[in-house]
Amino acid sequence: MGEPVVTAHDHVRGRFTWLTLIRNAPHKGEDCLTGTAGSRREPTRLNARTRPSVPKGRQCMPMRTTGGTGPVATTKTVPRESGEHGDIEADRGQEGRERQEDRDEGRHLNSALLLTLLLVTAVMFQGPIRGALAAPVMQSWMTVFVAVMVQALPFLVLGVLLSAAIAVFVPPSFFARALPKRPVLAVPVASAAGAVLPGCECASVPVAGALVRRGVTPAAALAFLLSAPAINPIVLTATAVAFPGNPEMVLARFVASLLVACAMGWLWHRVGRTDWLRPPARSSYEGQGKGAAFWGSVRHDVTHAGGFLVVGAMAAATLKAVVPADWLRAAAGHPVLSVLALAVLAVLLSICSEADAFVAASLTQFSLTARLTFLVVGPMIDLKLFAMQAGTFGRAFALRFAPATFALAVVVSALTGTVLL
Amino acid sequence: MNRLAQSALLFLLGATLLHAGMTDLYLRYVKAGLRPLVLLAGVVLIATAAATLWYDRRRTSHDHDHHHEPRITWLLTLPVLALILVAPPALGSYSAAHTGTALQKPFGFPDLPADGPLRLGVADYAGRAVYGDGRSLRDRELKITGFVTLDRAGSPYLVRMGLNCCAADAQPVKIALTGNVPPVLSPDTWLEITGRYTPRRTKDPVNDGPIPYLEVTRAKPVPTPHDPYDETWNT
Repeated sequence: MGEPVVTAHDHVRGRFTWLTLIRNAPHKGEDCLTGTAGSRREPTRLNARTRPSVPKGRQCMPMRTTGGTGPVATTKTVPRESGEHGDIEADRGQEGRERQEDRDEGRHLNSALLLTLLLVTAVMFQGPIRGALAAPVMQSWMTVFVAVMVQALPFLVLGVLLSAAIAVFVPPSFFARALPKRPVLAVPVASAAGAVLPGCECASVPVAGALVRRGVTPAAALAFLLSAPAINPIVLTATAVAFPGNPEMVLARFVASLLVACAMGWLWHRVGRTDWLRPPARSSYEGQGKGAAFWGSVRHDVTHAGGFLVVGAMAAATLKAVVPADWLRAAAGHPVLSVLALAVLAVLLSICSEADAFVAASLTQFSLTARLTFLVVGPMIDLKLFAMQAGTFGRAFALRFAPATFALAVVVSALTGTVLL
Repeated sequence: MNRLAQSALLFLLGATLLHAGMTDLYLRYVKAGLRPLVLLAGVVLIATAAATLWYDRRRTSHDHDHHHEPRITWLLTLPVLALILVAPPALGSYSAAHTGTALQKPFGFPDLPADGPLRLGVADYAGRAVYGDGRSLRDRELKITGFVTLDRAGSPYLVRMGLNCCAADAQPVKIALTGNVPPVLSPDTWLEITGRYTPRRTKDPVNDGPIPYLEVTRAKPVPTPHDPYDETWNT
């Protein structure tokens, strides 16, 4: 009984906010940038349909519409502006109901219906699609793509489950209490603590943000950010599975990643400036039940990291199926070039650290040291991590942090590989 | 992508993984040992979809998501479509022709049964022929199953792909065919070759790896085996 009323109210309130925003129309580019881009396009279409002439800047509004921020202040202005009576009951007349249905439909049309349409269309045109994919090179590409997904998804799901459990059931203050007070000592402790966060790099960025928010010194949090995706048990197990003949690879990966994480932590402690760091946004799981927070975290991480995993799988499949073996063989022959080539490849491929060992294992033309570089650089810095770090800590931070991490990771893993492999 | 669509997508992805894990489909892409993990991942994804719907129903409307999901989530439709609509075959002659033979020296040569026709894996035959000088193979009738690959010059090879973990790291082991080879061979046909050992060898044009010859006496088309990859080659 209560639910529909609340929903209706919400829609009404949403429109009031929207109308007010039109009247004021102060929102230009800024809000569009700060608002997250998720479903911007769909609500815009909705608005364009119900209100043919909308002033400029309307792209910013739908976020407010769905967000429902500051409803109390804006509701007052509506009766004047819309010509409707400010009473909710009156608003549910014929016209209002139509618009509400419109909006209801529009809100769900966004993605759920689009997904259905996409699937149905794909099924309808499966003949031509199969025909287009019948060429041997496309089949080989598809097989490798599906193989990387089928193999990596279980590891991703496992990591996401455990990281959600830690994020929800271990209080963040625990980490702050467990760390030494002096930053110089906190850095190696935090690096080693990375071993207890089973997950890929996608999981470690939000956790590091939470640590900074809870007063952990940034140097320690950053060391944790770098070490956690590379030295946790799941990733090391995956590495051992992927390199059945080279158990020393696991040790080398552990040592090199730990060294780079500590070095970066100390470097930040020496030369880092707090004003490069943007304070991270508030956690979205606060104020929810444990179950809701847990499953919300799982859903969020799977859909985010899974999407990036698809990008990585496509890149890996392209590399495997399309790039001539000669190119890689040419790079693989040169000791220095091979290390640099795989370091760059790790950044470009952006493979989840839980799956990258398998890709590295398939690059059989390359020396073990070059493949170690791939495994050390990948979890610390790649395209998607750069995007996530810039989103969490700010662009000023990411632009300085990423190149330093890359250079240090390449040097350290080359040295470690020379000694251990 | 809103929560409803996300849970639909997660459900589809989980159901696809379950489908692949419960049939032999997964064997085209990953090794058999990963099956429990694939099934587990499918169950968890479906549970996540259900939990998302369940908690979404109980949410009050004013705490709507401020955090919009990025468009990258849409890419998760690709593996679902690829697995349901296309279900690409196991790696075949295209990859085999573009990858050098991965034959490595075996640790030892276990004794073979003394009499009767001898069934061998492609990698087993190649290893014994190249590194064991074919000692245990001479004057025996051999039966070897693999698929056909033609190189650029049109010479036929019998190939089996082996994998460590998933098809991304699959590598072929090749045997060159001579003797009574069928006049028309189409790539990717699975054959059971009956033949005998010959000391003749050649080099793989891709990576100069060693490829032994097999003298064919009879070639019989067979269906694709249960597990298209050879998982015994590196254990």
